[in-house]
Amino acid sequence: MDLSVTENSSLNENCFLLKLTSDQKLPDMLPGQFAEIKVEGSPPTFLRRPISINNYCTETNELWLLVQKAGDGTRTMGNLKKSDTLNLIFPLGNSFSFPENNSKSVLLVGGGIGTAPMLFWGKYLKEKGYSPNFLLGARSASDLLQLDDLNQYGTVYTTTEDGSYGEKGLVTQHSILQDKNFGFIYACGPKPMMVAVARYAKTRSVPCEVSLENTMACGFGVCLCCVENTVNGHICVCTEGPVFNINELLWQI
Amino acid sequence: MADLRVKIGQLDLKNPVMTASGTFGYGEEFSDFFDISRLGGYIVKGTTLAPRQGNAYPRMAETPAGMLNAVGLQNKGVHYFADEIYPRLKDIDSHLIVNVSGSAIEDYVACTEKIAELEKVTAIELNISCPNVKQGGMAFGTCASSAGDIVRAVRKVYPKTLIVKLSPNVTDITEIARAAEAEGADSVSLINTLLGMAIDADKRRPVLSTVTGGLSGPCVKPVALRMVWQTARAVKIPVIGLGGIMNWKDAVEFLLAGATAIQIGTANFIDPEVTIKTIDGINEYLNKNGYSSVSKIIGALEI
Repeated sequence: MDLSVTENSSLNENCFLLKLTSDQKLPDMLPGQFAEIKVEGSPPTFLRRPISINNYCTETNELWLLVQKAGDGTRTMGNLKKSDTLNLIFPLGNSFSFPENNSKSVLLVGGGIGTAPMLFWGKYLKEKGYSPNFLLGARSASDLLQLDDLNQYGTVYTTTEDGSYGEKGLVTQHSILQDKNFGFIYACGPKPMMVAVARYAKTRSVPCEVSLENTMACGFGVCLCCVENTVNGHICVCTEGPVFNINELLWQI
Repeated sequence: MADLRVKIGQLDLKNPVMTASGTFGYGEEFSDFFDISRLGGYIVKGTTLAPRQGNAYPRMAETPAGMLNAVGLQNKGVHYFADEIYPRLKDIDSHLIVNVSGSAIEDYVACTEKIAELEKVTAIELNISCPNVKQGGMAFGTCASSAGDIVRAVRKVYPKTLIVKLSPNVTDITEIARAAEAEGADSVSLINTLLGMAIDADKRRPVLSTVTGGLSGPCVKPVALRMVWQTARAVKIPVIGLGGIMNWKDAVEFLLAGATAIQIGTANFIDPEVTIKTIDGINEYLNKNGYSSVSKIIGALEI
């Protein structure tokens, strides 16, 4: 589906927020799902780029993508201007699940650009009567993104590695993890961070889901490149994920 | 509308466009994008006698104008295909072709026998060219005598159309094609992926878990085109061309080189509707150039 850019704003040196819309009503989508994007004007970029859905605003018929410039493809996307067209295959993948227990207090952990799906998920949880707590970790203050948006939907806790904002250290060292109890934990970010969060959740017997970003070619379950080794064997992150309960994974946690 | 029909063995294809095995799942994954009965044929993913987990992640590396994969024939086995998948596909009005793979001749034969029971599977594509399995696979397809042995064994148990998929990782692909033809293959399809590798300089490690993998995409197209041209001149059976076809123009080039039909593979990952656009594009090309049928351009390369 071709969408047109309504806004492209730079959030820091490496990240930008792309807002897209269409004349038609956008398809329904769920937090945790992603889009496969065809990048034009970037010869080294052969395959589409999978980017998680940062937000979906039904009122404005807008889809938001929070993108980090990681290579030529995403850098080229960063040059998109208002009214430019972008081809997306979406929505793809599964979504986060609601807590099975009655606990209304949940923790959404995002490391770096891994915060991207947490805005949409936090908004959704809030709408359904849950109380999201966001725990974000970044290198430095300028790498903490969308704090104002997140604040609308829950309490935001932060860590930075250099101590320039929030508590100094890694997300998994934040005091909130010792001080509060949560009914469900959701995490997205670098794998070592997700493993550490999963370990914390497992130790405390808190259910936990993580969103993976294994390298993929297609995004819709035919190339079989993005498999994760699980209790059910090799399964595709693009169709059976990207969100997994940590009990399904064969991680050393 | 030009006449797009072509014939491969006993198959009358409504057009020369098929999908390449391992890039089209079981077809169902594409039903959200287009009506798959429009395809000349669709080749579902490599199927083995026993289920296979495939290779460890990472299995993919993007390359300039292409990609390497090391999937390793992950599939749930022929019995699962017959019981669970086939019933959902059998009423689709296109040729359902199963790519049969294995690591020993007996496995290929047993897998073929099971497939032969399925009425609506009108052909098999014998995969003697997968570069990503430790035993068998490409080993059969890189030597004329072992290729001949396996085609002979499978031919005995399979009366329907037998296509043999060839590896480009050989000195002379026409030798293997002739061996397949001599043992009764109805058609050869080429090329499977080219063996390649990718290295992460920062980590000083290979990108793929298997170190080497199969290269596909537009970067292999010139090699594929050359091999199709050579093979079409060397055998009498129809050649199915594939390797880096991204659009109708690429497809026309393969037809001109002598392919009777073509397969689209990697391009499906980027544009799921590419096959339909290719069918329409071939038709427009024929109309524009005054050809009444696609058969007029097959092997029509002027040298």
